Amino acid sequence: MTMFSSRNWREYPQRYRLEASKFKKSGKTYFPPRAVDPETGDTAQEMVKLPDTGKIVTYTVIRTAPSQWTEIAPYALAIAELTDGTRLMAQVVDCDVNAVKIGMEIRIEFRRIQSESDHGVLSYGYKFVPKWY
Amino acid sequence: MAGIVGYGAHLPRHRIKVEEIAKVWGADAPSYKKGLMLREKSVPPPDMDTITLAVEAAKNALKRSGGVNPVDIGAIYIGSESHPYAVKPSGTVVAEAIGATPDIHCADFEFACKAGSEAMFVALSHVDSGYMKYALAIAADTSQGAPSDALEFSAAAGAGAFIMGKDNLIAECLFTHSYMTDMPDFWRREHQFYPQHGGRFTGEEAYFAHTKGASKALLKKSGLKPSDFTYAVFHQPNGKFPQRVAFELGFTQEQIDPGWLAPRLGNTYSGASPIGLTATLDVSKPGDLIFMCSYGSGAGSDGFVWKVTQRIDEVRDKAVRTHKLLDENLIYVDYGTYAKFRRKIKMNE
Repeated sequence: MTMFSSRNWREYPQRYRLEASKFKKSGKTYFPPRAVDPETGDTAQEMVKLPDTGKIVTYTVIRTAPSQWTEIAPYALAIAELTDGTRLMAQVVDCDVNAVKIGMEIRIEFRRIQSESDHGVLSYGYKFVPKWY
Repeated sequence: MAGIVGYGAHLPRHRIKVEEIAKVWGADAPSYKKGLMLREKSVPPPDMDTITLAVEAAKNALKRSGGVNPVDIGAIYIGSESHPYAVKPSGTVVAEAIGATPDIHCADFEFACKAGSEAMFVALSHVDSGYMKYALAIAADTSQGAPSDALEFSAAAGAGAFIMGKDNLIAECLFTHSYMTDMPDFWRREHQFYPQHGGRFTGEEAYFAHTKGASKALLKKSGLKPSDFTYAVFHQPNGKFPQRVAFELGFTQEQIDPGWLAPRLGNTYSGASPIGLTATLDVSKPGDLIFMCSYGSGAGSDGFVWKVTQRIDEVRDKAVRTHKLLDENLIYVDYGTYAKFRRKIKMNE
């Protein structure tokens, strides 16, 4: 089951540009963006762009992948903490699954996420790659 | 005249060696390596395409731009023969990804391997005319060669991006010259997966005639001679052609060395001479003159004379250098993995 292109279109700001919401009262940043701060109920916020590097906090290896990702399986799915402290989840690519480690430095790259079969819309977004430079 | 305000490249990490392709098709690897001067080529993984390469190259160009705000970019032109969609622009995705929408002009250019340099030419012209402050030209390809065809040994992937402007230049464009004729040397008809080429016809009458035609006219127009240039970059469908055309025009191996990437990178099609230019800028010094000449089948060449400014020393290490992407941390794949990555294996829907 692939993601609807309409949903993907609505999520371009976060998927393409890593735009997050930073709430005025708590100073906390949420990604994906939220309308309301769950801790304070605050709605006053500003858009911030997340940094593009961080470290893997935890991960799992997907060997039996959903149909849209069989061509890249096996792959790791990781939660990384970026340099500003924000955490997000993404696939780890350009990396042998046996080389993925907690604490491994990553960089965020713009990649193709999935395709609605051979004739449908292509979805793009962020993935993690090893940070080697 | 206008010039380059920011530049950047992006390459896949994956490579396949000539021997790996040759053994599948019973070809003689040493003769390909010697005849075409190719050792290996880049291979894009399944989640990398012309758009993703273009976005990463554009981000690197922004890093070297000295703080150009993406909303001030008036146009994004992407030259490629492997746009992911037949109908739907690559440029709008890149514009959205770098935050340059919605007040912007986008167009996808196609002209075989010359699409990237024509994007550069048009972007440069828009800025030089004063019509817009900045224009972004991107040369990107993930080209396919038909299995067992000579092109399979070279068809590679990569991208180069250039933000053109009038102030705060890294390299000023002093002269340009373009040279075109109708030449049936390489083509791909609609709905065909792989391109076709005219075999030996693609050499003398096509690549060499047009590259020399543009280069000689550009030298004449500029009043410069090959020895006036520190570096030269030519289109590189393989390692041999750019070296031979350089020597025949009077350039030396030292002049082409930094931008002569094909032996290790393969032919990045639209990206070839533009990525070569990024690698050359990476090592250039203020005052250096760089000669550049693209070639695209069909056929034509765009020539540029670039003069590097003082700003190169400030910006070259604001983003990753092209030779680092070319030489370090490579992942070698076998033919089966390459065939899967390039979707050469027939699958069930």
